[in-house]
Amino acid sequence: MDTTSLTIPELRQKLSSGAIRPREVVDQLATRVADVDPKLRAYLQLDVEKARTAADAADITKPLGGVPIAIKDVINVQGDPCTCASKILDGYIAPYDATVITKLREAGAVLFGRTNMDEFAMGSSTENSSWGSTRNPWDLDRIPGGSSGGSAAAVGGHEAFAALGTDTGGSIRQPAALCSCVGLKPTYGRVSRYGLTAFASSLDQIGTFTKTVEEAALLLEIIAGHDPRDNTSIDRPVPKYTQSLHQGVKGLRLGVPKEYFIKGIDPEVEKAVRDAIDEYKKQGAEIVEVSLPHTQYAVAVYYIIATAECSANLARFDGVRYGKRAQNPKDILDMYGRTRAEGFGAEVKRRIILGTYVLSSGYYDAYYNRAQKVRQLIGGDFRLAFEKCDALLTPTSPTAAFKIGERTADPLQMYLADIFTIAVNLAGICGVSIPCGFTTNKLPIGLQIIGPKWGEETMLRVAHAYEQATPWHKEKPPL
Amino acid sequence: MSTTPLTAADYEVVIGLEVHCQLKTNTKMFCGCKNEFGGASNSHVCPVCLGLPGVLPVPNEEAIVKTLLTGEMLGCQIATRCKFDRKNYFYPDMPKNYQISQYDEPLCLGGAVTLDLLAYPKDAQKDPATVIDKPIRLTRIHLEEDVAKSFHFDDGTSGIDFNRAGTPLMEIVSEADMASAEEAFAYLSALKQIFVYGGVSDADMEKGQMRCDVNISIRPRGQKEYGTKCELKNLNSISGVRRAIKYEIARQIDVLGSGGTIRQETRRWDDDKGETTLMRVKEKAHDYRYFPEPDIQAVRTDHGLYDRAKERMPELPSAKKVRLTEKFGVSAYQAGVLAADAALADYFEKAAAPKPANGAAVANFLLNDFLATATGENPIPSLAPHFFGELAELSASGQINSKQAKEVFAQMFVTGRSPAVLVAELGLAQVSDVGALEAFCDQAIAANPKSVADFKAGKQNAVNALKGQVMKLSKGTANPQLVGDILVRKLSA
Amino acid sequence: MAEPSSDRIDVTYVADLARLRLSPEEIVVFQKQLGDVLGYVSQLAEVDVSHVSLLGDADLKNRLRLDEVRPSLPVTEALSNAPKQDNNLFVVPKMVE
Repeated sequence: MDTTSLTIPELRQKLSSGAIRPREVVDQLATRVADVDPKLRAYLQLDVEKARTAADAADITKPLGGVPIAIKDVINVQGDPCTCASKILDGYIAPYDATVITKLREAGAVLFGRTNMDEFAMGSSTENSSWGSTRNPWDLDRIPGGSSGGSAAAVGGHEAFAALGTDTGGSIRQPAALCSCVGLKPTYGRVSRYGLTAFASSLDQIGTFTKTVEEAALLLEIIAGHDPRDNTSIDRPVPKYTQSLHQGVKGLRLGVPKEYFIKGIDPEVEKAVRDAIDEYKKQGAEIVEVSLPHTQYAVAVYYIIATAECSANLARFDGVRYGKRAQNPKDILDMYGRTRAEGFGAEVKRRIILGTYVLSSGYYDAYYNRAQKVRQLIGGDFRLAFEKCDALLTPTSPTAAFKIGERTADPLQMYLADIFTIAVNLAGICGVSIPCGFTTNKLPIGLQIIGPKWGEETMLRVAHAYEQATPWHKEKPPL
Repeated sequence: MSTTPLTAADYEVVIGLEVHCQLKTNTKMFCGCKNEFGGASNSHVCPVCLGLPGVLPVPNEEAIVKTLLTGEMLGCQIATRCKFDRKNYFYPDMPKNYQISQYDEPLCLGGAVTLDLLAYPKDAQKDPATVIDKPIRLTRIHLEEDVAKSFHFDDGTSGIDFNRAGTPLMEIVSEADMASAEEAFAYLSALKQIFVYGGVSDADMEKGQMRCDVNISIRPRGQKEYGTKCELKNLNSISGVRRAIKYEIARQIDVLGSGGTIRQETRRWDDDKGETTLMRVKEKAHDYRYFPEPDIQAVRTDHGLYDRAKERMPELPSAKKVRLTEKFGVSAYQAGVLAADAALADYFEKAAAPKPANGAAVANFLLNDFLATATGENPIPSLAPHFFGELAELSASGQINSKQAKEVFAQMFVTGRSPAVLVAELGLAQVSDVGALEAFCDQAIAANPKSVADFKAGKQNAVNALKGQVMKLSKGTANPQLVGDILVRKLSA
Repeated sequence: MAEPSSDRIDVTYVADLARLRLSPEEIVVFQKQLGDVLGYVSQLAEVDVSHVSLLGDADLKNRLRLDEVRPSLPVTEALSNAPKQDNNLFVVPKMVE
């Protein structure tokens, strides 16, 4: 019996009944990884022995007992490397667990490997990894999306039951759409960021990659919650997300923001999303047209705020206390300059420079301050929209997966890949991408459902209703 | 324009001080590591204060309350809402290469430090030119985190100890209201006293718990524009600050006097050599790229924090002085000396409380007898306060005379036994009981007929011989005043 | 105050602030790429933000930390990733400003 394509509830059932032991699950998954990962390159690190040991000790009475979960290489796990796909952290071993890791452990999960990503979570294709690109399980010549491309490819390619990812501007939702899996970004402050190597502090959230919406709900129940170690995590009870999934959408109002259906979307993507909207109509939801008038400014706002915050967050990578240090420095300035020049890739350098610039003397008001104000307006757009509807429906990405190397020459082009996901992070609200079809060349298309702050229950319920009425989540890539 | 060279008296000195004070909390500003001086290198560090990837700061509530208390004690305007900001610059003693500080929304604004006479150095206290109770205005008080400590090795490399990194630091910025080295000295003493009074810091400069940078410029008297200022660093004691400023004033006068101009510089004070030397020329200001700290939400002080700080308001030295004179009858000078040391004042009050009317007597014993010979900084008697109270009462009630009191005072420190016990043991009780004294007098009169006859014959001094006899008979315990009165009465009858 | 649309990043100066030693080639390439991005973000200048306040929630609830000591890292752990250490200190080359 091969468990690698099972859902977590299915796997849990087999574990609980004794039909399979946790160690066997790990072995099967490791075999699958050995089979397909040389092509996919989703994993940066996998210590099978360590996973087996953890599996042997797993308490299968716990909600995730014996379930292997892959971790994006940006989240600190005690005793494991955490390179953030960067040369500058090559060799760093984390001396502590991120809070989400503690929660996963307490739920009985088996930590299984570390997945590839764009360096320091900066990118939309995973091509910015210092360790090589990950491939899209549906077409190995194409990108899996980014920055959590490794996690998306692993789950999409059935090399992982589930994976943790992070989303700052769409880095979970966009790769989920491109790899045909469910990618969830919670409301800002829902999940602790303690232990997440920071990119943009006011935007980052840890989230999940799973095959189905129900699994996303299950994992969110585990990882969500207030953390006293994270001053931005909100003290609010965690609902049982799995229990509110099955209510259907009859009577719900679903908003379609007109600014998200513009020229430039791939017509096949638009068609798939429109069909999904029709499906919701069939299921009894009321479709409402709404407007998010400041949408066009979202990418600009993001690239000012995110880069400003990251320029400060990445200042700590200096070769003093951990990570790589340049050889034979003649003094501290030489050490800083060469360590960071040698350790960071081009995209990271670009963003640090841009971020430093927009905060610098004389420019703060025109850039950073102004961007924060426009951000308030973007948040205001969503608040108004949610007075008219319970959730929003949009495409996740304007196109399906593009070819490797297609956009690397033009950073600005790459930034525009996040055009539908970025505003959600700026507003601090929740979003999930679910599979909603394929292009004629069998590339996945994603539907994004956006909920208001703390609206995960509604958002997941809407997502679940569509998923259960469609075949997409059962498709398996031809690996 | 005058062609005669200006002398020191022709210049006016303008000084502002920036003080950093380490708060006396159990833990660091943003993590739960122990806030303790002198631990083994890197033994009080954690992922947060080491600036590891993925860590987040969480503000220490006690540090905020202590800062609010300081602001309250100094009469500052307390912000209802304050936030933290990142101050970005690279240095190896900075775990994150940004310091979490407060930029445009500090905890406290305004306020002032009043320069009490006793805050001045002893020689300046007697100087008639010293301005009494001059207020030095404050610009602001804010909270930030301290940096690590670095040790420089001979081979040019340095070793960093992050124990200190993240310690809560209060920064107090004064207006440029000080006009002399003595005023700067007084400012620091007064500030230190406030910190100790409020229990917010021990403010020991030699332990680095209070640090001071001086900004100083001079200008010809009457000139409106400020002169170019220099910043002085590496000041390790309050008296060192005074010495450094005196030197720098002379240096600047010298430069201007010989036709030169002052360059805006940061200068390092060398206390051994007694001079300031150039550290660096101040070119353009550092671009710190301040922006609001996204990892910490804004703090509301009106949800209980300010109330807690107000509850802790101690009685300030000036108020204490007044109360001590009114309640205990001590002189203004004595009240000043007592109020200058919160622990001593506290000791005094405990000693004098059972009988406030004896306050002055208690103060005398404490200040004249104890302090005169006690050693160390801010000494407090090792005996329980009631010893002093008891001694004062024995003396004030006439049970022992002043000579006996001094003997008891010395003995109580040697033996640790209470004054009442000692008086009994040493048989020192001054006898004032009229009956007993009359008995002694009768004895003396009976035994010395010649002296009696001399007195009755008009020799008034003969009573002294009889007095002496009574003192002998009573083994020195008789109240001499009363004895004299009784003898005269008996002999005149 | 500088008008965003006419700004040009002095990449060399900014890279120095960020302690990044770029090669001459990188400076040229980044100059162009970042110039394009700045051009793109300059559209924010046209948004009316005059009525926008950045002061957050009125009902902010403080989430501060109690002043209670928590365990520190053992010294060996603290130094475990140090590129260079001596005598339990993190060693760095000559410190210059």
